[in-house]
Amino acid sequence: MSTIPTPAPQEAATPIVIVGHVDHGKSTLIGRLLYDTDSLPDGRVAQIIESSKKRGLTVEWSFLLDSLQIERDQGVTVDSTRIPFRLGTRQFVIVDAPGHRQFLRNMITGAADAEAAVLVVDANEGAQEQTRRHAMLLRLIGIRHVIVLMNKVDIFNYDQKKIEAAERDITALLHQLEIEPTVFVPASAREGDNMASRSDKMPWYKGPTLTEALAAVPAPSSRADLPLRLPVQDVYRFDTKRIVVGRIERGRIRVGDEVVIGVHGARARIATIESWHTAPQVAAIAGQSVAVTLEPDVIPDRGDFLYPASAAPLRAARIRTRLFWLRQEPLRVGESFKLRLATAEHQVTVAAIDSVLRLEDLTEHPAEEVPPEGFAEITLAVSETMLFDAFVPGTSDGRGVLVDRNQQIVGGAPLIGIAESVAGRNAIHPTDSAVSLWDRAQAKGHRGGVFWMTGLPGAGKSTLARGAETRLFARGVDVSVLDGDTLRAGLCSDLGFSEADRRENVRRAAAVARILAESGQVVIVALISPTIADRELARQIVGEGFHEIFIDTPQATCEERDPKGLYAAARAGKIEGFTGIDAPYEAPVKPALQLETANASSDETAARLAAFIDEETRLDGVVQRQKS
Amino acid sequence: MDDLDQLEAQSIFILREAYRKLKPLAMLWSLGKDSNVMLWLARKAFLGNVPFPVMHVDTGKKFPEMYKFRDEYTKKWNLELLLGDCPPVEDIDPTLPPAARSAARKTAGLAAMIDKYKLAGVIAGIRRDEQATRAKERVFSPRGAGHKWDVRNQPPEFWDQYATPHEPGMHVRVHPLLSWREIDIWRYIEREDIPLVDLYFAKDGKRYRSLGDQDITSPVESNATTVAEVIAELETSRTSERAGRAMDHESEDAFERLRVAGYL
Repeated sequence: MSTIPTPAPQEAATPIVIVGHVDHGKSTLIGRLLYDTDSLPDGRVAQIIESSKKRGLTVEWSFLLDSLQIERDQGVTVDSTRIPFRLGTRQFVIVDAPGHRQFLRNMITGAADAEAAVLVVDANEGAQEQTRRHAMLLRLIGIRHVIVLMNKVDIFNYDQKKIEAAERDITALLHQLEIEPTVFVPASAREGDNMASRSDKMPWYKGPTLTEALAAVPAPSSRADLPLRLPVQDVYRFDTKRIVVGRIERGRIRVGDEVVIGVHGARARIATIESWHTAPQVAAIAGQSVAVTLEPDVIPDRGDFLYPASAAPLRAARIRTRLFWLRQEPLRVGESFKLRLATAEHQVTVAAIDSVLRLEDLTEHPAEEVPPEGFAEITLAVSETMLFDAFVPGTSDGRGVLVDRNQQIVGGAPLIGIAESVAGRNAIHPTDSAVSLWDRAQAKGHRGGVFWMTGLPGAGKSTLARGAETRLFARGVDVSVLDGDTLRAGLCSDLGFSEADRRENVRRAAAVARILAESGQVVIVALISPTIADRELARQIVGEGFHEIFIDTPQATCEERDPKGLYAAARAGKIEGFTGIDAPYEAPVKPALQLETANASSDETAARLAAFIDEETRLDGVVQRQKS
Repeated sequence: MDDLDQLEAQSIFILREAYRKLKPLAMLWSLGKDSNVMLWLARKAFLGNVPFPVMHVDTGKKFPEMYKFRDEYTKKWNLELLLGDCPPVEDIDPTLPPAARSAARKTAGLAAMIDKYKLAGVIAGIRRDEQATRAKERVFSPRGAGHKWDVRNQPPEFWDQYATPHEPGMHVRVHPLLSWREIDIWRYIEREDIPLVDLYFAKDGKRYRSLGDQDITSPVESNATTVAEVIAELETSRTSERAGRAMDHESEDAFERLRVAGYL
């Protein structure tokens, strides 16, 4: 087929991620780098010069990036994207994740495979919030080569003293994060100083230019000489053979090698290495996706590690881990997840939050919760003993990931090691159901969910809740109502009406609602829950499936109705802190549903509520069809 | 391992993940070079077998050579072929520019097949380097109700862990070739000797660099008549692969609109 000789083996392109605070010059750097390395399609440069001139600017390199991505005028958030360029014979890919919304997940998505990072710092402004956040992420995802580009040094007139002072500040910061920067490059991306060519304005600087620093990034070190880790991905049965497949994460295999299998520790030999359309194989190394048969023909499970008896992984049921938390809600002790590690999946519960990182000064502090998109060290309780290796940058060891019930990734967990068992509060070990939400939904014919009704006393919450309950039950929905007064008669009978007690009341109601919803029920909560903070707490406890419903009745109407005589009592000064009289009610800003009751019968309103709940908990098309 | 070995190993890993996690699963087979490479990689992953059906969403406007190729290799490679047709262009959103509107027929045809076979996973051969919008894709790209792609709110994806939502009405697009470049595809075709429709090779100074519907795909100037010559040509080319695909160029956002609605 080919008349030209096959070229020598090529190296894969080296991915480089560019990070840094907004406006510190990431886009300008990328534009300039592409221009200086002649990596642009024809005609693009002329276009940029023209467009910059039109705006009376010197050449604006960041336009280049925008024009490559076309999105500038559409306002489309650019996701992580990859721009190839070449230095000599070496291929690079710039991983770029501009934009603010969802920046973190996009940056991690792009950066996790990067070999090296360029951290762009405005020499004039120094490290800012995102500088610290990005640097922390580089450390947690395990990027070892960090090139710090001190940008915009032209503002300092290239003054050595000022530049070196800025460099000292950044060095101190990175040392706090245990990052040893590979090199500092004082540069001006806009002017091209020390980008692809050496600046003549800083004769005192003897280090590399940016392109020299990139060219010096070492190729990924081979993992083939480490002890074997082959996580089982699947087991196939083709013809009469049972075939175990997976990717060798480190080490190597050879036909005849003895391996230990998973946590149960059965032993077997690699009998054959199977392949299609290749020469027969007797050995394979890290990075290869292989298929093997075992002798004896034991059946491993997905997730089992194959490893050598001489170098076993760690074994524990309580594990300490670092965490980068990707949700917009905080994380609390007691929450359960799946921990994915290579191809394994383990049921885990957050047993303790050991410390949380304060980004302002990069110090660690004890805390009750991990803030949204925060960094922490936590202890995970695993439902059974598992095998793992501690996280090592540059390998796939210990790369844990937390996923929620919907199989969405909610955090990265570079595992630290075995957690010491502790007595007391931290020793809780909640278990999680093996029955999935989806199984329950199929059995019941609807999803679970929490419908949290808030409104003034006398707004009609309990009446509407009971009305909707009757209607939904008639349609076969498994529904229950948690009513404020009913709860206070039992579960919360120890609570009064102080601020702390009311909050505790909300917390308990939400915790019960969550348990019921997880069992597949539709839960209607009727609770004044007067403050935004109350409902936010409930939302966090319940998590997905929380719907806020505002029963919007004017206070005059409530007071006129006054079914329990409470307004009258409050007006007479017999009740203190009564919501609406001498305690504030904060209406929801954006409820999932707002029901105005003043001009409709309670029957009509209850029917609307029931219809809304029905809609939100209904299984859609596919399942309906399967049922019918 | 050289770069092709690495790409191959990664794609095999992805295909095996998809096969394990998403059932029922099917692979789109457009009969183009990329989907032939993808099918080849599936045979590598499953040791000569293709343990799920391949789907051809037929616009009815492909080149005759492509239909011939499909029938020949379905038999030769022992494939389970699912065929689906596409609604007439009159049924498609009239606000789309003409070529995009024509291409959108395929989106509707694909959606109908996904519903018909209740697919949880669809393997597709798109690559990041083809088009700016595709560059934003994930390897496992969840699609919500109505098959919509929520480009502004994609799940994080790192350390080879993929989102596999398991909810009724959702499916996942799986992209095993996302990290491959056009030249990698051709070098792999050369290395593995993968058969192709001969429209990719020059006749009378022109060849097709990318194959779509007959009426919205045009050939490029070329004298490359062998795989090796195509590779040599690509090494010096500075024009884009999809330059011959009309719907990419009609308006700035036409392609993005197509993709959000479920186009490949």
